[in-house]
Amino acid sequence: MNWSSLDTWTVAIGAICAVACALPGCFLVLRRMSMMGDAISHAVLPGLAAAFLITHSRVTVVMFVGAVCVGLLTAVFTQWISKSGKVDRGAAMGIVFTSLFALGLIMIRQSAQHVELDPSCVLYGSLEYCVLDIVRVGALEVPRAVLSTGTVMLANLLLCALLFKELRISSFDPALATTMGINANLMHYLLMAIVAVTTVAAFEAVGSIIVIAMLIVPPATALLLTNRLPFVLILSAVIGIASAFLGHLGALTVPPLFDLGDTVSSGMMAVAAGLLFCLAWLLAPQQGLLVRWFGRDLGYGEESQDFPEETV
Amino acid sequence: MSAVKSGLILLVALALLFLSAGSVEARESAWQDWGYVWKVLTLQSYNARLVILSTSLLGMASGLVGTFLLLRKRSLMGDVLSHAAYPGIGMAFLVMLLLGGEGKWLPGLLLGAAATGLLGVLMVLAIRNTTRLKDDAAMGIVMGVSFGLGVALMKMVSNLPQADAAGLNSFIYGTAASMIFGDFLLILVVTTGAALASLFLLKEFAILCFDESFAASQGWPTLFLDLAMLGLVTSVTVVGLQAVGLVLIIAFLIIPATAARFWTHDLRGMLALAAVIGGASGWIGSSLSALFADFPTGAVIVLVAAAIFLVSMLFGPARGVVPRSWRHARLRRKVGRQHLLRAAYEILEGQQPDVAEPIRNLPIALDSLMTHRSWSAQQINRLLRTARNEDHLEEAGPGQVRLSEAGFGEAARITRNHRLWELYLIRYADIAPSHVDRDADLVEHVLDAEVVDQLESELQDRPSSLEVPPSPHFIDQRAESQAIHRKA
Repeated sequence: MNWSSLDTWTVAIGAICAVACALPGCFLVLRRMSMMGDAISHAVLPGLAAAFLITHSRVTVVMFVGAVCVGLLTAVFTQWISKSGKVDRGAAMGIVFTSLFALGLIMIRQSAQHVELDPSCVLYGSLEYCVLDIVRVGALEVPRAVLSTGTVMLANLLLCALLFKELRISSFDPALATTMGINANLMHYLLMAIVAVTTVAAFEAVGSIIVIAMLIVPPATALLLTNRLPFVLILSAVIGIASAFLGHLGALTVPPLFDLGDTVSSGMMAVAAGLLFCLAWLLAPQQGLLVRWFGRDLGYGEESQDFPEETV
Repeated sequence: MSAVKSGLILLVALALLFLSAGSVEARESAWQDWGYVWKVLTLQSYNARLVILSTSLLGMASGLVGTFLLLRKRSLMGDVLSHAAYPGIGMAFLVMLLLGGEGKWLPGLLLGAAATGLLGVLMVLAIRNTTRLKDDAAMGIVMGVSFGLGVALMKMVSNLPQADAAGLNSFIYGTAASMIFGDFLLILVVTTGAALASLFLLKEFAILCFDESFAASQGWPTLFLDLAMLGLVTSVTVVGLQAVGLVLIIAFLIIPATAARFWTHDLRGMLALAAVIGGASGWIGSSLSALFADFPTGAVIVLVAAAIFLVSMLFGPARGVVPRSWRHARLRRKVGRQHLLRAAYEILEGQQPDVAEPIRNLPIALDSLMTHRSWSAQQINRLLRTARNEDHLEEAGPGQVRLSEAGFGEAARITRNHRLWELYLIRYADIAPSHVDRDADLVEHVLDAEVVDQLESELQDRPSSLEVPPSPHFIDQRAESQAIHRKA
């Protein structure tokens, strides 16, 4: 196994994406909206098509704006259908993203006769190629993806730190948040905006696989390990970084074991996150399966099924 | 109100999106003559026949099983399944190569997809049942990880020297337009089987959907039933994935069932309607895409289903937005009328210091009406207008109104109901007389004659008559607060 600077950059970009996704992901899991990442990954298609049809350019910024707008629209439509139609939120999400995807597919099919616009490669970057796309910052040469996803990660860190109290209370108890003068609705849409921007930026840089996995798996793992929200945030970032490293390591070492060709690092990072989740599922100090099956005699009580330990 | 407004704005946005797609369509395709349209719709065109029949069958079957998913709040299970099936395709391909067979043998690939799909579903159930995580997080974990695993496996497999794995990738993006007779037969068998099974187990599934713990307490094997239900979903999903693609099958499992929910409260009706909506959107959508050259069939079907959903959500009589807000507005109007009449009656009572005398219908000053319930000028004007239209009120000089004969009777009846309910609450619910007014207000508007009779018999010791009992509390808020101040 040869570890080159490209490998280091691959892990770094994967880790940055994982942290950027895991932070808003914690709140998505707490709000029971875990499928939002997947929904947005399908739903952005008409945004890309519309941005292209309106401006006739394939500049990344234009595409980005179009995708973020439709990502937000997904959240708004979902909220509207589930609130005023009294539909289960999962179903509402499914209706919105499949319809938007179908709409985008038709728009692209119709416009693609004149111009090149392939739905599968407009906004779907890949971790393998993004490390080759180098830009120069001062004296340093860094992959462009580091800049874009790094910006998003820093913005997410900042927002989570500044609005920690508001996000926490409105996630756990929207009614309480309202009585405390926090606009819970605003926080909901702010979170959705963060998720939309993060996912679209990450799709553009490294593809959808990492995003869909890292949005949910590290936060869920962290929720099994601790009861305190600040630790959940920190742990999920750490788990995200660890899965990025282990995943790339796996991508380098696993295929030769079975005499198979090379594989995709982003896919293996998702698998690594899944393995870490399984570990936590088995071994978590209070909620792990082992403790729950064999530890009752040691004085551990039955865990409750909710998230009640979080104190505000 | 704001929900309706934002809904309208969203509708306009959606309409614009559709229009922008539609304008492209109008430019691109020439509409064939009506004879051809008829031929396609009635299956006389051979090319379209297979596609239309297959998509309709799939729509009906997934409408049926999707109803159960919706009622169990697991609509996105189709999404999970179709991602979890992905690694199964790669694994089946590898296993079949190892066994010395041909890697791209379709039934084997389908079996692999179904196996990992089912495994994924089992993982979702296991995570949900043994951790504090909820359904959505469990689905997100399984979906994300198995999607990553699938991509990684596919890449490994596609590098194998002996394998032409090129076709494997398009497996999950199956296209309805390129269907062959074998696909149709497979769909026919699986959908018929799934439909029959779900009808056969209808009672068991119903009890599982509505009250899982009750089902368990009655001795039903809930875990087994749950698995059977998800097994049906898996079979429909995998067959549909291969035939019509990922997004269409996800949409088929969600949209018809959700649309049907707006029309009926009855499970059987909902199942039938979901099957009809799914079948109809398959039929109409694939006919449309057969008529317009190069419209992706799956996408058109999804949009047809979405249109049906939108109409159902707005106008479905059972839970639709418009019927519901209409019922709400009617109730609000009724409550407003009752408040106005009771206010008028209470003012008349106040003008009559001697309790023994019957209440006389005198003109009432608008000002006193407004202050009585602190209505704004706009509110009182709206209330007065409806009351005049219902002949409960008549003009009595400038700034004054008077109850009509009918209005006076109605006012007495309403005030009487209110007082009866207040007395009941004071006696049986132990509510303090000073607080009872507001509590009574929550219920009194929906008291029917039967309940009023019951209230009268509950309060037997009061002489049973049609008279309005005196109020158990101060009515004039100002007088009350003044009394409190004086005491202080």
